[in-house]
Amino acid sequence: MKLRSIGKWIKQSFLFDADDVASPLRYQLLKRNIIVIMITITFVPLLSMALINYHQYQTSLKSEIVEPLRLLSNKTVHSFELFLEERLSTIRSIASMSSFADLSDRQKINRYYRILKKEFGGFVDLGIIDNNGIQVAYAGPYDLVGRDYSKQSWFHEVKVRGFFISDVFLGYREFPHIAIAVQQFQDNGLGWMLRATIDTKKFDSIIASIGLDSEGDVFLVNRSGVLQTQSKYYGNVLEPCELDLPLKNWGTQVVDITDRGGREMLLSFTNFRNHDYALVVVKPKSVILKSWYTLKSEMFFIFLGGVILIVLVVIRVANLLVNRIYVADQRRESAFRELENTQKLSSIGRLAAGVAHEINNPMAIINQKAGLMKDLLELNGGFKHHEKFQDLTNAILQSVDRCKNITHRLLGFARRMEVMVETLDINEVVKEVLGFLEKEALYRKVALELQLDEKIPQISSDKGQLQQVFLNILTNSLAAVEDEGRIIIRSRAEAPDRIAVSIEDNGCGMSPETLSHIFEPFFTTKKGYGTGLGLPITYGIIKKLGGDLKVQSTEGKGTIFTVTLKPNLQLTKENP
Amino acid sequence: MKDKKVLLVDDETEFVTTLAERLKLRDIETDIATDGEAALRIVETTPPDIMILDLKMPGLGGLAVLKQAKSIRPGIKVILLTGHGSTKEGIEGMNLGAFDYLMKPINIEELIEKMRDAVNKG
Repeated sequence: MKLRSIGKWIKQSFLFDADDVASPLRYQLLKRNIIVIMITITFVPLLSMALINYHQYQTSLKSEIVEPLRLLSNKTVHSFELFLEERLSTIRSIASMSSFADLSDRQKINRYYRILKKEFGGFVDLGIIDNNGIQVAYAGPYDLVGRDYSKQSWFHEVKVRGFFISDVFLGYREFPHIAIAVQQFQDNGLGWMLRATIDTKKFDSIIASIGLDSEGDVFLVNRSGVLQTQSKYYGNVLEPCELDLPLKNWGTQVVDITDRGGREMLLSFTNFRNHDYALVVVKPKSVILKSWYTLKSEMFFIFLGGVILIVLVVIRVANLLVNRIYVADQRRESAFRELENTQKLSSIGRLAAGVAHEINNPMAIINQKAGLMKDLLELNGGFKHHEKFQDLTNAILQSVDRCKNITHRLLGFARRMEVMVETLDINEVVKEVLGFLEKEALYRKVALELQLDEKIPQISSDKGQLQQVFLNILTNSLAAVEDEGRIIIRSRAEAPDRIAVSIEDNGCGMSPETLSHIFEPFFTTKKGYGTGLGLPITYGIIKKLGGDLKVQSTEGKGTIFTVTLKPNLQLTKENP
Repeated sequence: MKDKKVLLVDDETEFVTTLAERLKLRDIETDIATDGEAALRIVETTPPDIMILDLKMPGLGGLAVLKQAKSIRPGIKVILLTGHGSTKEGIEGMNLGAFDYLMKPINIEELIEKMRDAVNKG
């Protein structure tokens, strides 16, 4: 049930009922449907193209941003690894070139320490640790000789791996540094270690050398996510990094993140290959995608402009189209009505002519017989019912006359009379016709008012037929007005190629229903004495003369008949 | 009119006999023909002065009779009767030499008037 009502609603909304062709709603629906269809057809490809372009562009832009970032990260990691490898090699070289005994000599270790500080920079101290973890010699700012490292994990790692590079840690002087230790063996097989501490200022200079813009951030973390260098946004050295990092991954990873401050960032994360560090490069998206955002808003405005333009054009085109259809429909409908009328007139005309002709012959016989009866009555007067017979014969002859009028009008309606063109003054034609009706008007005290334009141009037309036209209309007007009514006849030049005569009465007027039938043959309101042929004949004549007949009527107020004619009669094909 | 010979031609016998009788009452003697051939025979044998001729008849039509009658007796006056209400055939007849035409049903006084005109003016 619900489905059916939805179906009905769709049908009503998107289709139109064929029975309702003349309704203005039909054109509104048509216009709306055209607009909806045209907008849909235009928008679907436009919108899909815009979305595809948007997506494509975003993808390619991202890869253009991501690749350099990945490259930068790899390069930086490489710099760090090079730095660490260099320091490790240096320490390893010193340990290889010297013996435990040499380096245990305070003077010697001090000399190495000075050379390292001078040539490499960043070295904080240098110490020799024996196989038991006791620091036997030390060069540096503190007094750490005799310190026991045997309990520390790095000591054991060196023993296993042969070298060790520590995470960053705060030493006695409370600044960050790292420790590097290598293991060597004495001739007696006992191991010893050379351990150096390096400050991490060099890390900062490597980071600075990347040349990242002011909005970006670069820092190192260890495998536990603890910051190894200072971060601009995510914490100080040795604090846990505030970001969720993909610590377990290998290689370089670039991901989109939203940090705890709500900023949208592009993050590159690279694990060191040989050490337990990872490099993190962070760039705010607002900076790297600035050009994209600008382009996006430009694209949006172009799209919006296009959409507005399309909608305006579609509405205008739909309006134009529907108006044309409306005008064409109106024309077709009126042409159809006219054709229908003409066909009706001509077929009824043929029928009427046949009937009239057939009736005329017996009517002629009745006429002659009654005439003979009358003749005989006049010759032989003085019998019983003489007067009565005379009255009866006269009545027969009068009826024959009435029939004659009807049949002649029927034949007149049907025939295509030859048009006799002459130059005439329309005012004169009107006046002549009024001559026939003046007596009736006078008798009924109907005022015949003439408002004729004396400067109206002369026209070429058929006088007899125009007389018939005005006689028919005026007869109707006289029939419509009450006694003491009023009829106004006006003539005027309407345009260079058109004159008009209007006949206005203040009679009973016509209902719209009556008005729609008045040009139909045999339609009459004059019960009993109208033939219903006057106005169809009038209409036919005017059309034949290349003119037009319009009727305006208000029930109870009166009627205006307006005849328009062309000054020069051009015969229609139908009536050459 | 009394000395004039009049021929009435119409296929409607009732019409033509009654008309003849009425004319006789007005002292006008007439011959009667109810078809074109009979009419032409009379024109040939006893030529009338005036012929009242119906246009629409079976067989030989009014216009054909008119044409032949005029060729036999060019001086014959012809008044046509038409039941069509159309002026077309009437005018065509006048072009062929008819004096005038009348539309049915006719008024006898009008007919006599026309006959008189035909004799006097023609």
